[in-house]
Amino acid sequence: MADSTATLGPGRAGEAQAVRFYDSGEHHPENGTLLGFWIYLMSDSLVFASLFAVYGVLGRNYATGPSGAEIFQLPLVAVNTSLLLLSSITYGFAVIAMARKRVGGTLAWLAVTGLLGIGFVGIELHEFANLIREGNGPQRSAFLSSFFTLVGTHGLHVSFGIVWLVTLMWQVAGRGLIAANRRRLMCLSMFWHFLDVIWIGVFTFVYLMGTLP
Amino acid sequence: MSALDVNPAGHHGDEEELDHDTLHITVGGYVTGFVLSVVLTAIPFWLVMGKVFASSTVTTFVILGFAIAQIYVHMVFFLHMTSKAEGGWTWMSLIFTIVLVVIALSGSLWVMYHLKTNMTLPSPEEMRNMP
Amino acid sequence: MSENTGFAKLIFGRLTWEAIPLHEPILLATFIAVAVGGAAVLGLITYFRWWGTLWRDWVTSIDHKRLGIMYVVLGLVMLLRGFADAVMMRAQQAISFGDSMGYLPPHHYDQIFTAHGVIMIFFVAMPLVVGLMNFVVPLQIGARDVAFPFLNNFSFWMTASGAGLVMMSLFVGEFARTGWLAYPPLSGIIASPDVGVDYYIWGLQIAGVGTLLTGVNFIVTIVKMRAPGMDVMKMPIFTWTALCTNVLIVAAFPVLTAVLALLSLDRYVGTNFFTNDLGGNPMMYVNLIWIWGHPEVYILVLPAFGVFSEVVSTYCGKRLFGYASMVYATVVITILSYLVWLHHFFTMGSGASVNSFFGITTMIISIPTGAKIFNWLFTMYRGRIRYEPPMLWTIGFMVTFVIGGMTGVLTAVPPADFVLHNSLFLVAHFHNVIIGGVLFGLMAGITFWFPKAFGYRLDPFWGKCSFWFWLIGFYFAFMPLYALGLMGVTRRLSHFDDRALQIWFQVAAFGAFLIALGIACFLIQLVVSFMRREQLRDTTGDPWNGRTLEWSTSSPPPAYNFAFTPIVHDSDAWWDMKLRGHARPQSGFIPIHMPKNTPAGVILALLSAVCGFGLIWHMWPLAAGSFALLVVGTIVHTFNYDREYYLPADEVLRVEDARTRGLAAHG
Repeated sequence: MADSTATLGPGRAGEAQAVRFYDSGEHHPENGTLLGFWIYLMSDSLVFASLFAVYGVLGRNYATGPSGAEIFQLPLVAVNTSLLLLSSITYGFAVIAMARKRVGGTLAWLAVTGLLGIGFVGIELHEFANLIREGNGPQRSAFLSSFFTLVGTHGLHVSFGIVWLVTLMWQVAGRGLIAANRRRLMCLSMFWHFLDVIWIGVFTFVYLMGTLP
Repeated sequence: MSALDVNPAGHHGDEEELDHDTLHITVGGYVTGFVLSVVLTAIPFWLVMGKVFASSTVTTFVILGFAIAQIYVHMVFFLHMTSKAEGGWTWMSLIFTIVLVVIALSGSLWVMYHLKTNMTLPSPEEMRNMP
Repeated sequence: MSENTGFAKLIFGRLTWEAIPLHEPILLATFIAVAVGGAAVLGLITYFRWWGTLWRDWVTSIDHKRLGIMYVVLGLVMLLRGFADAVMMRAQQAISFGDSMGYLPPHHYDQIFTAHGVIMIFFVAMPLVVGLMNFVVPLQIGARDVAFPFLNNFSFWMTASGAGLVMMSLFVGEFARTGWLAYPPLSGIIASPDVGVDYYIWGLQIAGVGTLLTGVNFIVTIVKMRAPGMDVMKMPIFTWTALCTNVLIVAAFPVLTAVLALLSLDRYVGTNFFTNDLGGNPMMYVNLIWIWGHPEVYILVLPAFGVFSEVVSTYCGKRLFGYASMVYATVVITILSYLVWLHHFFTMGSGASVNSFFGITTMIISIPTGAKIFNWLFTMYRGRIRYEPPMLWTIGFMVTFVIGGMTGVLTAVPPADFVLHNSLFLVAHFHNVIIGGVLFGLMAGITFWFPKAFGYRLDPFWGKCSFWFWLIGFYFAFMPLYALGLMGVTRRLSHFDDRALQIWFQVAAFGAFLIALGIACFLIQLVVSFMRREQLRDTTGDPWNGRTLEWSTSSPPPAYNFAFTPIVHDSDAWWDMKLRGHARPQSGFIPIHMPKNTPAGVILALLSAVCGFGLIWHMWPLAAGSFALLVVGTIVHTFNYDREYYLPADEVLRVEDARTRGLAAHG
């Protein structure tokens, strides 16, 4: 073991073993990945907050273009919201499979989550494409600019999440549920649920409130 | 369903070591969260699509309330947020972020409202009627 | 103005030969100087065969100490560019009256004041602050490195890439002419269709990613990696200010990212966030950018306050007075900095109720800073003060920053600000606090920790020369600006009609000349110190009889910082250890877990820079391709699980033995 008489000075050998100034063992600080990722998510919340603020300020500036009530298709948004909400619970099942150390189960639930996410993004792209085809693209008015940017930024985040999910599936399939992969799965879990939280804000603030007269 | 202890912050190389932050994850927890979220989503959609309240203001406040409630549900049931996780630092950073978001949002809305009121050019009508 | 067509347009976008400013003599001369100097540097590296070392030990290093040094080098190099801009402006303003138009046309002058601001804030002050935090914080908390060493390396290279893009704008294209915050509609696509604002946007977005990741990194480091026994109220004050600074970074920079992204959408896609028509509102840009901008200045100044706390307690041989109140003051400043932002645009028209609210909060925020000044003074009282250069910088700060703070409280009064906004009074105020606060703090910090980083002290004579030239030069350069501002002179002007003002500008130019001498003395100091390094050698690792843990290591510290993690019992942990007779362990070492170096950071950052360049010049295939490579490269990097290694115990023994011998020889 290490020389932990590295504690008392030369002339004080007679005193009772008092103060230790050095950790003689292998000191391992706590892993900070999850806290770090959470803090990153907090910073991402501020990006979305800025976009929400812009939407709040410019969201009724229709210029010569349409208002929310005229272009939002709430039934489709309801479908989208359900897909995203379902994907949250399926990711949860993936985490449970991970805790039970079942690689197969984890991969299966991740795949389902990914497909739901692709469905979500697909519907959103369809909605955007239609709007642009009708001439209601982001250049038409400040309202439309804020709408496309806020919803689009969320969709971009979901898309990156899907890429990350596929990559993680590959890595879990390759190396199993080692500690590093479990940490990554928990980070993606936080990311995925965070995106659903933001979506609550989006459908409330943008779609529902935007439809109200 | 029995609770599973997940040790997310697992120490490198040490697969078995129990870390400080153990999450108690259950299938039941996720299902409860899901059901609550569905309800808290369905009602606002119904309120707006069904034009249930005559007043937009009332509807707005009600659906905002539901949104806040659902965010809370997500935090607890999906993100397993507690004031103990990571020594309380995730909780503190969440509160700090919420405070800043509220300041940035409400501050921006307040400031921009005043700026718009004061700095928008009057229409020709209003110009003619100015004292 | 020729334009590319067809295939050339696809590859080169709007980049043509005309982008190279051969017709501007000043730029041409600069380019030749840079090319010659750059070639000389590359030649020297080749001659001494340093490429291998450079790549292995610096470029790919994840060591916080190396990265800290590189940040500081970046900051100092950019200081020379930013100061050159300042000298050019002072010269122009000293001569351009009446019929004389000076030597800088407005088109050029406007780029200079924009570049001066952008570079000084983003590429001088930020890297210097981040560099100091990088070097010092892990050592002060008894850790071996930061929480995410790879991200740290990546952060540095992203900052350097951003700086590179901004520097490139000198020679390829031009820079923005909008002022350092690029307000729309001037920065919109109609008023600024050229590449300048795009250089601005992408330079800042790329550097901003680096900064944000640093923020996350350091918060986790300070929260998770403190030595056993170091609770938060036993942390060194510099670490406390670093923690608050990084909280501010994480909370503020996302807003900047969002705002610049919206501006770029307006410019690239034709959205209407900040346009004058179709429902846009340029005032929203101003609002959001100052929600970032005000916390930003606290990001710059809080670490400086931390430096002063360390310097004062060390050179007065006394524990810092009022540790707890210092901590609370710092935390209060952190929170309050989010409640004052509107004072940057009182005159935009939000009206009396809004203006009074923010005027009051602005005045309140000066109080905790005042408390800190008293704490420093009380620390000095009855201390045995050693007037080393860092202590001189600190005393200079106390006088200068207080004056600047007072003019800040003056302008915090909205009716007063209606007279003084965007006048030279404002320019004098913010230079007063930034130079007096941030720059003086950084000079003190660099001098204070230099021996720890390089193993020898900086020559004190040249340090004192530099300080006096800076101090006196600052007053000559900026006090006239207060007078001019009160007389009604507006900022950012390159020509004046009233000859009576000229004498003030000439005095200010003289001040700039003195500051130039101050910078020259600093450069001479670096050279002289290197040449005299044996006489200035720090043999013990503790040249100042320091109080915090970094002084317990050798100078420079070994790669692993601490052979054994220290156990902390009190604040001023090293002082406590010295007082209680600790003995340095000389045996029983164990293998140490270390992170590996990696090229991934510099590669990904370079790809980002290429992508930025492509976006600036509308070279869409280049931008898309480099972006795709960036994504793929990141994914590939995540497949590398083999990022750590163990330093063998006998290697640790060898290093520690060398130190034991050194300590015995010099005592």
